[in-house]
Amino acid sequence: MAIRLARWPSRTTPTLGRHLALAVGAAILLLLLSSQIGAYDDYNLAEVAIFVIAVAGLNVLTGVNGQLSLGHGALMAIGAAARLRGPYLAGATLALAVGLPQIATRYSHVFGGEEGLTVTPPGPPDWLGADFPPERWMAWIAIAAALVTIVLLANLLQSSVGRSFKAVRDHEAAAALAGIDVARTQVHAFVVSSACAGLAGSLFAYWSGLTAPAGFGVALSLQLLSAIVIGGLGSLSGAVWGSIILVIIPALTGGLASSLSLASSVANNLPLAIYGSVLVLAMLLVPNGIDGGLRRLLVLARTRWTGAPSTHKGVVDWDDPSGG
Amino acid sequence: MEQPTLDVADLTVRFGGVVALDRVSLRVEANEIHGIIGPNGAGKTTLFNAVCGFLRPQGGTISYRGRALLGTAPHHLARLGIARTLQGLGLWPGLTVLENVVMGSHARPHFLGSLLGMPAADRLERRLRGQALEVLSELGIADIADARPPAVPYGVQKRVIIARALMARPALLLLDEPASGLSSREMDRLHKLVGSLRQRMSVVVVEHHLDFVMAISQRITVLNFGRVIASGTPADIRGNREVSEAYLGQAVTPSEGAAGA
Ligand SMILES: Nc1ncnc2c1ncn2[C@@H]1O[C@H](COP(=O)(O)OP(=O)(O)O)[C@@H](O)[C@H]1O
Ligand SMILES: [Mg+2]
Repeated sequence: MAIRLARWPSRTTPTLGRHLALAVGAAILLLLLSSQIGAYDDYNLAEVAIFVIAVAGLNVLTGVNGQLSLGHGALMAIGAAARLRGPYLAGATLALAVGLPQIATRYSHVFGGEEGLTVTPPGPPDWLGADFPPERWMAWIAIAAALVTIVLLANLLQSSVGRSFKAVRDHEAAAALAGIDVARTQVHAFVVSSACAGLAGSLFAYWSGLTAPAGFGVALSLQLLSAIVIGGLGSLSGAVWGSIILVIIPALTGGLASSLSLASSVANNLPLAIYGSVLVLAMLLVPNGIDGGLRRLLVLARTRWTGAPSTHKGVVDWDDPSGG
Repeated sequence: MEQPTLDVADLTVRFGGVVALDRVSLRVEANEIHGIIGPNGAGKTTLFNAVCGFLRPQGGTISYRGRALLGTAPHHLARLGIARTLQGLGLWPGLTVLENVVMGSHARPHFLGSLLGMPAADRLERRLRGQALEVLSELGIADIADARPPAVPYGVQKRVIIARALMARPALLLLDEPASGLSSREMDRLHKLVGSLRQRMSVVVVEHHLDFVMAISQRITVLNFGRVIASGTPADIRGNREVSEAYLGQAVTPSEGAAGA
């Protein structure tokens, strides 16, 4: 077993510089992409970027730190964090997801009832020209927010803080003996995750033009959870894959339902059914998510073409946010 | 006279009706290797758990270098200079071997500095990685630094947990069954390692392997059914009748209420 020397140089370049360089590269590519596609695709691109923020935050909590949130959709709605941790978190967030839409509907004079509050999205600035599509502007805002979030989360996960999240997930007693305050660490992970949910939620309100409470309930929370499972637990690139799936499937199936002219009762549930099947398929085919599957392919390809055996003995670095 | 590194006096721990520790006392001096032996269920791990703040004893005191230890949360011990390995491995499979060892140090960058990827956090990270690699080299396992713990042999994992504990630069090292599952060659290596640690720290070793404990310890405490049945030098213990009875299972009458589960 040899040291993987290839990995060391990257460790000696400044973390922030490395992550910023990647983010700037991604920003340029995405801006180019968004200028080439139509308004409807820009609208979907914005949605992917918004989901990336929420899903990446949830992945830090659930994938990296091992705490389950069943109400992340509701957290998206309030963007606030109670000081909860461990198993209580799952229960409390579920209660929040079930309860929040009802509270918001009940106190309709404050929250606008079932119709929600109308939010006017900020229009594109004048210097972009009068006919600049607002969908593209929305996509730019969402992409910028998503990239900043990803850079910050990548910094965090690569640091001692990120490792303490994993240490607490993997073995609490050993973490405590290494001097890690387990309770504090779990609260930190939750706060980071809720901040992401809050940011995503406020962008979501602009994106959809209104905040209707029903949109932030258990269904959204479960979608976010399945996104981290499909994309890859604990990895930031997994969060990107999961968010793409979240947006693509309803878009595809919506079109399918209308072209088959199905009864509306069937058509309304079709995206959900297909979504569920994709989740099951993904769990069977790529147990470590799309990200894990891709990494495995990469390792196989490398072994195949260079003949160099994997030093990880088949253990794929599926939760290494740095990209292995 | 110098303060003992660890001073346990009249420690009592009960789990419901089970008396896991019954007025146990022991002293570990500076730079001493202290063996704790006793049959399964004798209370050895419970003693470590009490020292580390994982449970609240019903009676007695524990002091470390003259400082009362009871009531100290487990995560404060590393900073005080106490490190412990767990009986099960307790490695973090989601981190590489090197990262496992790095996390053994209680030097940690600030949350905000890490979030923003500040140079200070990077510098600390580099320094700790360097130190961790040194510790791994000292134990002869630097070549697996980038592997995941489950991918390396059991005997090597046992060395990684010691490396993680050493990374804290402890004054008191508690080893819970470090020799279990090791080959005799690996046991020799462990023997040399623990012997060399003595210059830097006190070591308390809980072990089943009598010969191993006899060979490495200056003093030994023998537990049976939660009670200290003997303590002294290896020679004292070897000649003790009650100890050989406890170990050979002859004529051992469980003390009242101490039926180990
Ligand atoms: N957390 C616990 N809850 C209940 N009983 C326990 C617990 N930990 C240990 N015991 C009991 O205390 C006794 C001593 O256990 P332990 O300290 O693990 O023994 P040893 O490490 O010497 O093998 C045993 O009877 C065990 O069943
Ligand atoms: Mg034990």
